[in-house]
Order: sequence, then C-alpha cells, then structure tokens
Amino acid sequence: MRDVKISLVGYGIVGHGVVDVLNRKKKVLRDMGLNLKLISVSDHTGTVLAEDGIDADKILGERTLANVATSSMKGKEAIAAIDSDLMIEVTPTNIVHGQPGLGHMEAALSSGKHVVTSNKGPLVVSYGKLKKLAEDNGVMMKFEATVGGTMPLISLVERTLVGNQIYGIRGIFNGTCNYILTRMTEEGIAYTHALSEAQDMGIAEADPSYDVEGVDTAGKVVILANSLFNMNVKYSDVDVTGITGVTPEALALAKKRGYAIKLIGDVPALTVRPTLVPLDSPIAVSGTLNSAAIYTDLSGTITVSGLGAGSIETASAILTDIISIYRTKRIDTIF
Amino acid sequence: MRLSMDLELQDIPGQLLLALQPLKENKANIISVVHHRDRKTPRGMIPVRFVLEMDRSKIEALQTKLKESGISVVRAGEDRFMESVSVVLVGHVLDSDIGDTVKRIDSTGFAEVMDLALTMPGVDEPSSAFMKIRATGKAEIQKALTILREVGKEKKLLVIEPIEAEAV
Repeated sequence: MRDVKISLVGYGIVGHGVVDVLNRKKKVLRDMGLNLKLISVSDHTGTVLAEDGIDADKILGERTLANVATSSMKGKEAIAAIDSDLMIEVTPTNIVHGQPGLGHMEAALSSGKHVVTSNKGPLVVSYGKLKKLAEDNGVMMKFEATVGGTMPLISLVERTLVGNQIYGIRGIFNGTCNYILTRMTEEGIAYTHALSEAQDMGIAEADPSYDVEGVDTAGKVVILANSLFNMNVKYSDVDVTGITGVTPEALALAKKRGYAIKLIGDVPALTVRPTLVPLDSPIAVSGTLNSAAIYTDLSGTITVSGLGAGSIETASAILTDIISIYRTKRIDTIF
Repeated sequence: MRLSMDLELQDIPGQLLLALQPLKENKANIISVVHHRDRKTPRGMIPVRFVLEMDRSKIEALQTKLKESGISVVRAGEDRFMESVSVVLVGHVLDSDIGDTVKRIDSTGFAEVMDLALTMPGVDEPSSAFMKIRATGKAEIQKALTILREVGKEKKLLVIEPIEAEAV
C-alpha cells in the first residue's frame, strides 16, 4: 500500500467535488494499492488539518472553512508548513496574473510536491516556468481538468496517442457558450434571452464576459498550445472573437444549409471564433457538452466529447491525474 | 482544362461506346460519367453527363466528331469553379453595401458569390446573411476568404467561416 498525503488548496465548487470524490473512491483506490490521505484543506478563511485524513462528512456541509478551520494558516504559508506529497490547486482562476494559484503552485513545486490542478490561470500565465520548476524538483504537474473538464484530452494525446504526430486540435471548450448557442438555435431566441436563461440555471456567471467573450476558451487554447505543441505562447497571441455578436437569424440560416455555429478554439492556429460546423460532424455537440477533434498522422481524426464543467466531473479529471502520477512507470526504470 | 458536357444518346445498344471513341481519339481524360437511363427526354433520348479533363484546343474537333457519329451535344462548358465555401455574415450587412461586398469577391475573376440569403429582423438590428462562394481552386477559396475577412473588419461584420475538414 502506498500512502500519499494530499493537501487541497481552494474550497469552492471544485474543492467540494474533490473532497467528495476522494471520500467515495477510498475503497477502489485502496484496491489499486493507493491510500490517498487528504491531510489538509485550505481556503481564504483558514485551514483544516488532520494527519490521519480529514473526515469528509464533517466539512462537506460547509460552504467555506470559516466554522471548521483548525488553523488560521492560508495559501503559501499553509503549503510551506504542511508536509504533503501532493497539492491539489483549485482556487478561482485569473487569466491575467494567475494569482493566487500561481504562487501556490510555485510554492508547492519548489518544495517537492506534485501538483494537480483545474486552475487555468497559472498555466496560461506561466506554463513554461512551472514546467521547469516541476522538472528541476523531480515532481509532476498535471492539469487535465483545465481543458474540457472531464473530457479526456491532454492525457489522450500524451499517452494514448503517443507516437502520433498531432497536426491540430479543434473543439468546443466552453459549455456556457455552447449552451447559449444551442438554445438560440433550438428556440430562435435572442442572445440576451438565452444568456439570462443560462444564468438562471447556474450555467453562466452573473458576469458572463469571461465565457461569452471567448476568454475562457482562449485560455484553454494557450494551455493546449504550450503543453501539447511546445509553442510557448501567451494569451495575447490568440485571436479571439466571442459569441455576443451571433444572432438567432444567423443560426437559422446556417442550420437550413446543414451547419451549426459553434465557438471553436483552434490549436495551433491560435484562434477562438464562432465557426460553421457541419451538423453531422461529431464535434457539433449540443447543450453544455464540450468536444474536440484531434487530427493526427497515423490515427486520422479522433473525436472526444464530454461534460466540460461541474463539481464531480472536474474532480474526476483531478482524480485521474493523481492516480496517473503514482501509476506512471518511466521507460528507463522498467529496463 | 476541366469541361463538363451533356450529350443525348439514342436508346439503342452501343451508343455509349460510340460516344467514348471520339473522347479517346482526342485524349480526353474522363473524370466522371453519369448515364441517366431513367430520365429519358421527351424524344426518348438518354441524357449523359461527362466531366472531362482535356486540352482546350481539341474541344471543337471532339464536338464535330461526336455530331458526325449522330450524338447530339446539348451543352459543353468549362467548369471553372470547382470549389465552394459557405460563410455567414452578421452585422449591418445590407447598410454596409452588400452589393459592394459581393463585388469585392466577384471582381477577383477567380471567385464569385453564387448564393446569398439575407434575414433582417428589424431596421436597427443586425442582419444576417448566408453566402456561398465558389472559386477556381482551393487556394482561390482561401484568397476569397481573406478578402471577406478584410471586408468584415472594414464594415464591422462578424464573418463566420466553416471549420475545415482536416487541419493539415
């Protein structure tokens, strides 16, 4: 049995999902030979510490840790003080400066902790530096949950399709935009109406600009470009057009001739823009689904689709990353 | 050059072979043949459409030879526009002079707008247009799209292009 001490930093929707999933999967993980012990959970109010593992039932009902914190330590201070093997970073994302996640990840990596994250900001701002920091410290940084949520994409390309040359990846990487465009097409309703519906359903934020202006999708394009195409690009290198200008009439005209209009992110073209997608294309998925087409030399085109967001779904991608760290055998250690 | 040619054959055995002989003699490379047995003309003839790749200078000789063999050539014309692309435009499509937008494509000589559908929900609201452009080749399609992108920027139109099938 391999004991792994885990610190969770960030206790929002995804953080709750992580606590829930680690708790639910305890037995399965043990059968795999992994004893994943959540020894600390931190948010902006403080930290809950438990050396033998945190009792999920005690904290899952709490929106923040304010009432259950056993220590006032926060952020980098907590990361430095707590002796864990792996940090899960799920604080709110900021694509401009990457904080506070960037500082958390730097602190964890430089103190020899593996990092698993769903936080796009730090990777968009500083992927190259973080990757080097991980390599220099002999630890891993995994971030499947940052692109396409639970939909396997990064590990699919890095592991399953290894050996293929990847010509490009195009897809729908934002469920909010896809929901709005789907509803506008189905009902012939205006953008503002579909947006307010999405907000009422909790699919869109009160300030939806991050999603509908294409910022979120562009962040994912940057992450894919840097991690899978070694491109070393910044957010400002992406040519971004959001969906706010798309009209129900445009959607109807396109549909009549066999097309859907989807917000498509394209790597390595580094574009995010509303695009005509044939209705029978496997990437023309509806609702909040995400999808991606991966164009390869040996395997042709591979298409994946799945839920791009959600508490448990995102936690699932995080769990997969954690397991893969401990199940990875390097080729040179096998021989 | 590429050429499409509509012929009418008599409904008796051996007619298709009769039509093929002059093609062979004039070194026409057959790209496709569609033989419409089920769509006889009122005169009881069978329409056949050939798409050919051949030397421009031999077209006249070919047509003469076909006529001599008793085969009527209904239509023969150069297939200049082999590629097409669909685009959606959103914004003040009409007020920003749709005629000019079309002309910018048509005036290239290698591309033209072949289909245009417009929806205008209200006077001050943005209108939407579906446009199909055809061009002489794939590279010309890309050139036409580049022109359209520039026009879009200039006239503040959202240009929604199709996703390409392969990212090569």
